[in-house]
Amino acid sequence: MRRRRIAVWLGAAVLAGVAGFGIAAWRSAIAPGGPAADEVAAEPVRRGAVLAALGYCASCHTAEGGRPYAGGRGVATPFGTIYSTNITPDPETGLGRYTLAAFARAMREGVDREGRHLYPAFPYTHYAGLTDDDIAALYAFTMTREPVRQAATPNALPAPLSWRPLIAGWKLLFAQAPAIPADPRRSPDWNRGAYLAEALSHCGACHSPRNLLGAEIRSKAYAGGEADGWWVPPLDRSSPSPLAWSEADLARYLAEWDPQHGGAAGPMRPVVDAHRTVPAGEIRAIAAYVATLYGPGAAGSRTGPVDRAVSGDDPALARGAATYAGACATCHESGGGAAGGVPYTTPSLGHRTTLRAPDPRNLILVLRDGIAPRDHVPGPIMPAYGTMLTPSQTTDLAAYLRARFSPDGPWPDLDGTVRRLMGGTTRSGARAEATR
Amino acid sequence: MTALTRRALLVGGALLVGIGPARAALPGSLAEAPRIDAWIRLDPDGSVTVLTGKAELGQGIKTALIQVAAEELGLDPAVLRLITADTELTPDEGYTAGSHSMQDSATAIRLAAAAARALLVQAAALRLGARAETLSVADGAVAAPDGRRLHFAELAAEIDLDAPVPEATALREPGTRTLVGRPLPRVDIPAKVAGGPAYVQDIRAPGMVHARIVRPPRPGARLVALETEAVAARPGVIRVHRDGDFLAVVAEREYAAVTAMRALAAHAVWQGGTPVPEPDALFADLAGREAKRTIIHEAGAGTPVPAGRTITAQYRRRYQMHGSIGPSCAVAEFDGTRLTVWSHAQGMFPLRKALAEMLALPEVQVRCIHVEGSGCYGHNGADDAAGDAALLAHALLGRPVRVQYTREQEHLWEPYGGAMMTQVSAVLGPDGRIADWDYAVRSPTHLTRPPGAGQLLSARMLESPFPAPPPKALPQPEGGGDRNAIPLYRFARARVAHDFVAAMPLRVSALRSLGAYMNVFSIESLMDEAAEAAGADPVAFRLAHLDDPRARAVIEATAARFGWGAALPKGRGAGFAFARYKNLAGYCAVAVEVAVERESGRVRLVRAQAALDAGEIVNPHGLRDQIEGGIIQAMSWSLFEAVAHDATGPTSRDWSTYPIARFPDIPERLDVHLIDRPGAPFLGAGEVAQGPTAAALANAIRQAASVRLRELPMRPELVKAAIGV
Amino acid sequence: MPTLTVNGRARTVAAEPDTPLLYVLRDELGLNGAKFGCGLGQCGACTVEVEGRAVLSCLTPIGVLEGRPVTTVEGLGSPEAPGPLQAAFIAENAAQCGYCIAGMVMRAHALLRENPHPGEDEIRAALRLNLCRCGTHMRILAAVRRAAGRPSPAAGGGS
Ligand code: FES
Ligand code: FES
Repeated sequence: MRRRRIAVWLGAAVLAGVAGFGIAAWRSAIAPGGPAADEVAAEPVRRGAVLAALGYCASCHTAEGGRPYAGGRGVATPFGTIYSTNITPDPETGLGRYTLAAFARAMREGVDREGRHLYPAFPYTHYAGLTDDDIAALYAFTMTREPVRQAATPNALPAPLSWRPLIAGWKLLFAQAPAIPADPRRSPDWNRGAYLAEALSHCGACHSPRNLLGAEIRSKAYAGGEADGWWVPPLDRSSPSPLAWSEADLARYLAEWDPQHGGAAGPMRPVVDAHRTVPAGEIRAIAAYVATLYGPGAAGSRTGPVDRAVSGDDPALARGAATYAGACATCHESGGGAAGGVPYTTPSLGHRTTLRAPDPRNLILVLRDGIAPRDHVPGPIMPAYGTMLTPSQTTDLAAYLRARFSPDGPWPDLDGTVRRLMGGTTRSGARAEATR
Repeated sequence: MTALTRRALLVGGALLVGIGPARAALPGSLAEAPRIDAWIRLDPDGSVTVLTGKAELGQGIKTALIQVAAEELGLDPAVLRLITADTELTPDEGYTAGSHSMQDSATAIRLAAAAARALLVQAAALRLGARAETLSVADGAVAAPDGRRLHFAELAAEIDLDAPVPEATALREPGTRTLVGRPLPRVDIPAKVAGGPAYVQDIRAPGMVHARIVRPPRPGARLVALETEAVAARPGVIRVHRDGDFLAVVAEREYAAVTAMRALAAHAVWQGGTPVPEPDALFADLAGREAKRTIIHEAGAGTPVPAGRTITAQYRRRYQMHGSIGPSCAVAEFDGTRLTVWSHAQGMFPLRKALAEMLALPEVQVRCIHVEGSGCYGHNGADDAAGDAALLAHALLGRPVRVQYTREQEHLWEPYGGAMMTQVSAVLGPDGRIADWDYAVRSPTHLTRPPGAGQLLSARMLESPFPAPPPKALPQPEGGGDRNAIPLYRFARARVAHDFVAAMPLRVSALRSLGAYMNVFSIESLMDEAAEAAGADPVAFRLAHLDDPRARAVIEATAARFGWGAALPKGRGAGFAFARYKNLAGYCAVAVEVAVERESGRVRLVRAQAALDAGEIVNPHGLRDQIEGGIIQAMSWSLFEAVAHDATGPTSRDWSTYPIARFPDIPERLDVHLIDRPGAPFLGAGEVAQGPTAAALANAIRQAASVRLRELPMRPELVKAAIGV
Repeated sequence: MPTLTVNGRARTVAAEPDTPLLYVLRDELGLNGAKFGCGLGQCGACTVEVEGRAVLSCLTPIGVLEGRPVTTVEGLGSPEAPGPLQAAFIAENAAQCGYCIAGMVMRAHALLRENPHPGEDEIRAALRLNLCRCGTHMRILAAVRRAAGRPSPAAGGGS
């Protein structure tokens, strides 16, 4: 319901915008063509491969179980589902007829070769900051992929949002090239990281709040956001992380797993997965930059992990404690993976930002769905507790975890969140199977 | 060992139907236990018990042995009782390993059963006043043509099975068999799908207590500080046991033992460890280690090295693990004199020796009884768990002690399949055939099992430790690291060397097929590299170098059934490989189709076709399942599996750090064609598929993506690196 | 003392509420079906059903099972009188060591309850969390297909 209202409001607003500058809504087509010979030289292709990994192209442009870069993956937005397009060099259904100029315009301005506006789920507001060289490398990489003939899946957007010229209005209101800080007094790693994070890796797309029209609020960059229904932690000084994030911690986290902070779940996991093919230096650069976003002195303000005695008087907390002891402690009290405990665990759950979050969504989602094993790649595995625990048992457990491992008070509306996410109202927790 | 003499007989050709000339030794395990009643017992009530020194490891041996005995004795398999490896009851057949069970035990049981039948017939002939040749044996009775019948129970008192199996023992004619060669359903499956007691883990002895071990966080670490009081005072905890670096807790109930183990681990401080090379330096380290070279094969030495194109390659294999789904477990009880141990290890008699030595008990006071555990693919933690149970039972007089390892302990402490390297140089002659072959395999040991108390993990950690015996190379013709290092192909000149590396950074031992996995991978990869250089079809190229008709038959059958040579879609490739396991057991050819995703380097096994010749077939389904399982397991090894380690030791401590194949990785089709050879000796088949599968995958990847992978596992990173961007 | 309903029978057990169900099934109730494979929720050997849905008993404290029926592989039939899914596993020879099999049966049972006619990919996806080391996968798939009344893609096997 809420979504529908927003959509209508959005439509009206953008219509108003468009009225003033209708002319911008139409862009000319760029004549078909393909890469020139020097545009597919081995060196740019190799560089492009790393850039494409750091731009997370594959994670959006590959459907579950689908061919790489052939598109078809649905991206849920508050406004409806947008399906990624085929960016393989197939001439009919992909980018096969794109010249470098057409590719660059799409990347930076969000306009396809025929002149149609692209929805901002495609992060051109970030890619606008890419250098010509990097655009060319990405082009060289893209045009050397295996062509796949696969027509686009139509977006599931309500009218009038499905009317693309509206996007022109949105762009006039919100599209601007990213601010890429450059500071000669900082290390080359930091400067490189700033460029990668802002222009290519579009960290702010998830880690910054968005306005009602779905645009990042620049003034609140990195103040935390939302993705796929998950809370996305802030990367600025408002981060509730119990431990400071050093550059080295971040580099480990981004590469796979950090023994103190843990690792990624939810929508951040594909990001970390993409880093497997990225040279360590690039990851280090992003880490160097992001570590400074937390702000000077932020490290000192961290409370550190807590592990508080929880009174057994409250029957709900006592139930939560028993569940924790039988369901969680085997792994999470094994002392931490780095100290010889169960791999991919931290010394205690007090180390996890999830339990310091302003709301319990991430905890409930990870409890409900667990962390599925990746295909033949090492990585954390956590069972899905959604079938084992009823909603009320989940509430008890979450309340216990919060009470024990966070200095902050109980989560507001914990029970409501659990019921919304676990879908069950019956005592036995039989909920619609939405998670598989 | 004695396996050598047995083998000499088996390769000698026809040996079973006993009308041949007198032999120097008896076939199969009869060589060690020649009397009938070592294998077959007949009770006064006519019931028959079959005894084997081999163990059920999940390979279906129980069913096959019952079939063989029931066939010869004319009995319904359901009425036969089978007793497997038990030091007090069964013959000593060493380890259940090396795909020997059918060759050794089934051969012995078959002949002993036939001999028992002959005695029953003789006794009946006397009683009935009939000629022995006219009598038939079926349904537990001997019958005369006129319809008179004598049940075994009526004859039991008149025959004595404490007699040697006669050399000329006639088996039932192949044409008259009703059980051998038929897919008798596995006898053990109903209990396994319905929760019947089936495993050592299911033993619940009266008064039994539960133990858990606390191991160091990494190999080589020593216990430097320990606080036990709090743990010993926990409710239900009977004992905290420490002897040197061996640390355990014992509790009345299992979960109390689990929580006490965790608490104790938190109170133990360990220091030090055995350094391990960084993963990137693993092969440089192996190459630099001292090795003892043995030339195990040389042909055409006097002839000149021919001119031609030389093809050289180096292949490598990382540490890989057994990873049984159930971590090891054992139960032991000591009554002050006698120690009884229930274990799922592969050799009860060698285990008995090791336990007796460790506890300074005479061997006769130790009894080891095999009970099934989770699938065993070689030397895993089973012996160690038995050792731990024995140590604790010895300390807790009169109470059966059950030791159950954790997943992490099994992963971290089981002896792995060792890292290996091979180096091949072949000369392709002007006729397009291999004219010279130079091969060297560099390998650690593949056998560190008991006997020898020092082979038990905890025995090395005691206050007065038993040192690990020096690693040994297993001799040819079966070999260890050099198993299958000698190609079966006919090359005018060939030289094969085994470089045995005694000292390895990680504990290693037997993993299904030992060195054959790596050697067949290397040889069969190089055969394809050479065929490519010669512009020849890989299957035709192999056939051009092979005389053995049975080898040719499995290759031809596999190629035909696979549809070898048919065009495949883009991104797909077909690969072929062949081996005769140990050059003296079963013949197996494997063809696979893979799909390679160029973007990620991911390889998917789409389908596989195998053909197998294991001599006479006892149970076709059992055999098929061994090959299916072997192919899937070898696919998982070859595409996904390497023990992760850093400089301080292994870091593969669970399934999250040692990923294996899952259902979506399983091929769409997997067909096994069995070539039956009625009347021919049984040939071991349990390990034959490992090497061919690995090589077939590499050869298929070559065809699908134009890249040659020479390192196991062929993980996506390696495939992608070879493909390039 | 907690009361559990296991295979249709109410059982009072002498165990603390935090005790994982697996130990209670095996040690207190003498049931062999659920197996200890990892105790970490990684392998599926301990899979049972709670209210008809697959759960890992190694990480399920009995405290959360009050009033929620538990079914183990013993609840589907016995070695002498196997249930239909168990009979399909027997008919397909779907076990080598068999250690993973009870968990496979329970996972498949929960799948078939929810979706009596799963497609091949659905079967594989549902069984993805259960590990088998013997490589019995082809047989297990055949058994589940058989129980689901679906023909196997091809008569793979000995010939
Ligand atoms: S034993 Fe429960 S998942 Fe492995
Ligand atoms: S049958 Fe042995 S683990 Fe599956």
